[in-house]
Amino acid sequence: MNWHEHSLKSLSQALLKKEVSSVELSQYFLNRMVQYQGMNAYLDVDHDLTLSQAKLADQRIAKGQAGPLTGIPVAHKDVFVTKFWKSTAASKMLSHYVSPFDATVVANLGVDGAGMVCLGKTNMDEFAMGSSNENSAFGPVLNPWGRSFVPGGSSGGSAAAVAAGLAPIATGTDTGGSIRQPAAFCGITGLKPTYGTVSRFGMIAYASSLDQAGPMGKSAEDCGLLLNAIAGHDPKDSTSLERDKENYLQHIGGNWLEGAAKPLQGLRIGVPKEFFTQGLQEEVRQALESALDTYQRLGATCVSVSLPQTSLSIPVYYVLAPAEASSNLSRYDGVRYGYRATEYKDLAQMYQRSRSEGFGAEVKRRILIGTYVLSQGYYDAYYLQAQKIRRIIAQDFQKAFLDCDVLIGPVAPNTAWKIGEKSNDPLEMYLEDIFTLSINLAGLPAMSIPCGQSTENLPIGLQMIGNYFAEARMLQIADHFQRETDFHLQAPTLDTVEVVK
Amino acid sequence: MKQQWEVVIGLETHTQLRTKSKIFSGASIAFGAEPNVQACAVDLALPGTLPVLNQEAVLHAIRFGLAIGAHIAPVSVFARKNYFYPDLPKGYQISQMDLPIVIGGGLDIEVDGIKKHIQLTRAHLEEDAGKSLHLNYEGLHGEKSSGIDLNRAGTPLLEIVTEPVMRSAAEAVAYAKKLHALVMWIGICDGNMQEGSFRCDANVSVRPIGQEAFGTRCEIKNLNSFKFLEEAILFEVRRQIELIEDGGKVKQETRLYDSEKQETRSMRSKEDAQDYRYFPDPDLLPVRITEPMIAEIRSLLPVLPEQLRHEWQTSYGLNDYDARQLVQSKDIADYFTAFLKLIPAEWAKPAANLMTGEFASALNREAQDASAAPVRPEHLAELLKFIQDGTISNKMAKDIVTTLWERGAQSTLPILGVVQALIEEQGLRQISDVGAISILIDQVLQDNLKSVEEFRNGKEKAFNALVGQIMKASKGKANPAQVNQILKDKLTS
Repeated sequence: MNWHEHSLKSLSQALLKKEVSSVELSQYFLNRMVQYQGMNAYLDVDHDLTLSQAKLADQRIAKGQAGPLTGIPVAHKDVFVTKFWKSTAASKMLSHYVSPFDATVVANLGVDGAGMVCLGKTNMDEFAMGSSNENSAFGPVLNPWGRSFVPGGSSGGSAAAVAAGLAPIATGTDTGGSIRQPAAFCGITGLKPTYGTVSRFGMIAYASSLDQAGPMGKSAEDCGLLLNAIAGHDPKDSTSLERDKENYLQHIGGNWLEGAAKPLQGLRIGVPKEFFTQGLQEEVRQALESALDTYQRLGATCVSVSLPQTSLSIPVYYVLAPAEASSNLSRYDGVRYGYRATEYKDLAQMYQRSRSEGFGAEVKRRILIGTYVLSQGYYDAYYLQAQKIRRIIAQDFQKAFLDCDVLIGPVAPNTAWKIGEKSNDPLEMYLEDIFTLSINLAGLPAMSIPCGQSTENLPIGLQMIGNYFAEARMLQIADHFQRETDFHLQAPTLDTVEVVK
Repeated sequence: MKQQWEVVIGLETHTQLRTKSKIFSGASIAFGAEPNVQACAVDLALPGTLPVLNQEAVLHAIRFGLAIGAHIAPVSVFARKNYFYPDLPKGYQISQMDLPIVIGGGLDIEVDGIKKHIQLTRAHLEEDAGKSLHLNYEGLHGEKSSGIDLNRAGTPLLEIVTEPVMRSAAEAVAYAKKLHALVMWIGICDGNMQEGSFRCDANVSVRPIGQEAFGTRCEIKNLNSFKFLEEAILFEVRRQIELIEDGGKVKQETRLYDSEKQETRSMRSKEDAQDYRYFPDPDLLPVRITEPMIAEIRSLLPVLPEQLRHEWQTSYGLNDYDARQLVQSKDIADYFTAFLKLIPAEWAKPAANLMTGEFASALNREAQDASAAPVRPEHLAELLKFIQDGTISNKMAKDIVTTLWERGAQSTLPILGVVQALIEEQGLRQISDVGAISILIDQVLQDNLKSVEEFRNGKEKAFNALVGQIMKASKGKANPAQVNQILKDKLTS
């Protein structure tokens, strides 16, 4: 059986019908993970641990206590702390760190929650800082669609794992596009929920006011299923929202307007003109236009809208995110846990060397930027100014939503680039985030769904942006597209991926 | 003529709030535990941990603000104060900067009979850091190291800041004492200065009398007793004046007080001052306080010592001294309030005497709170009744309090009838029978003819000697007032 091609629903049915046990299913994925470990998608894997969780899931299924996700394997981005697997955030700083507790997301999905089975921890850009996964202290992840290409970042390991069938689904986090962009580069579906929907407790913080966890899977429906299990108020995270539990699959398969002739009749799609300007790769533009045609065939109408401050989202993000990061990463000082330099002559040198040796170049770059913009005399000009523009950016979206229900545009200006191609020019790399950053600044939900393939056989992603709490509707809209198209069903030919010696 | 100097002092006081758990985590804040056993994942700043505000700390801050007549900010914001230090696990302290929870307000002090209003600038919530232990520890690689105890990390503090309005060490001490009594009175701080629950930083400068501009100030850190506060300010003022008079200049700096040498020493100068890179903490929501919340807390606020003292002086006729004694702590005041409820209002004065006399000294002797004293207000009320009706003398009352205290410490005393039983048991009834006293006096006069003679010759002291003899003969039971009266009658007739 090709279990890696199955949807979560189909896996769940197979488990309930005893066509396969959770132990067998987990072993199946563990085997694939070994087979394709050259892709470097996973950082920490422990077969015994995984199988012991699978056994518990099988017992639960046998007792008739299974939920819709019980027994299904899941991979966790290494930014979530876990009790049994190492939690490194792909940094030398935490290369041996094991947490005494599970992140809320991990706990919600785990043995005492939904009953999913953890396959291991996926590779990422160090501390979630990066758009290519090249910033991992443990080597880059290779894109399953072409081993010389980046998988995107920072959740590159999760995206590659799902695309290559090394996990049925994975968790990711998105601070400026870190779920959506790797999902686009690897041809999978990813959802960044409204800020505050999923608890940040146990997520190793990068930029607290922007970080948000979400699902990365093969389809909108799979993502909705996972979101149902991870969303919800958490008293341990003061910024998590107190809302009634929502079924994010409630609209799946239904019409936008009840009783309408076409499934998406009445849906108004806003097309931000700033997302379709120069710099957008031609193949990406064509794939997007064709996707909009599909949506129109499904009954939706398209309106042109404007998000005038889009270009400012790059400087605003690269002030605010590093500012918060510079403070969030101060705890990695070599005192209580994590990496400590071996030679130093006093306290100051212990700090300097531990942090210089423990952090990678991009992390240090952002800590320096953040420290600078918060410094006396610069705070008003950078940090405060950026906060003001952040509010304007959020207002721009609200104006746009007066004329439409969702926005659709590209996830990124280009398809995946070659490993090493942009790593010497951080600024060029930052510019690749132009279409995703503003969503985090506004705290809005957004998705990435596959909508095409380039001539180089690389996936192209469509970004859908909704208003606050529109996740259930967005999943409905994405699902209709996936009923109409098969981009999300395309799988890479994996013999192109180098298998480790 | 020698230059006259004016001293300018402002105080910043860190009061540790009496909550069950830390300000941003569920760990206990009890003092004296083994190092690091009261530090949870949040206090250790483990990856992925987040702060959650302890609402009790907010209520305490509001309580304080209302007690000093301050403005309670409807929205206040936590900010991060960033700096590296081994006992600061996150690499930043969560504090409040631009938008503190309590703004303004003030306290009245009195020094040498002169009253003065001390204006407060603000009071803000923040977390305490851990402690560095500089003993001989060994590091990861065998090097000499210090130890870190994070039990204190995250303990809730209210930092209370005054305007630079105090003009002497005495005023600063009077303010600190007043504040100390208040925070204990309203129950937000245990006031234990030795354990660091209440510590002051003093900003001290001097300027020529008449000059408007402030002189350059020095901040003396961590003064944890009123004595040190006074000594440190006196030393610092002397140091600054001498420095200026010798042609030097005061440098803005942070100084530490060495209580053994009784001097302040430079800790770091302004040039070394860190840039704390304050910014709003994105992990915490702004603290929103509504009018109904404030009204509720106000309704639960105890009557403040000043009001109580005023009420007792005007409605119960207590003198200033007694009233002050009785509002020195909430504990004593609560006890006296309960006592007052059990007796007629006109007995308030003798009741106060009873409280401030033997009862207060027993409390001091046993270092006990009135609320935990074995002698309850009901016992004092019964005792007072026997004093007022002349059954026993004040001297006997003292002995009874002592006996009750001893017995009560052994096993709890019944509420009713204990005093009467004790009077019966020890035969302590005062002799107020004129006939009996008269016989007693006659006997003593016969035995002390010499004293009688002396008195008649104008030696007043002899009278007291005779009274003493009479009291002795009665084994202390004779009513002293009657003894005085009858003796006088007999000697002058």
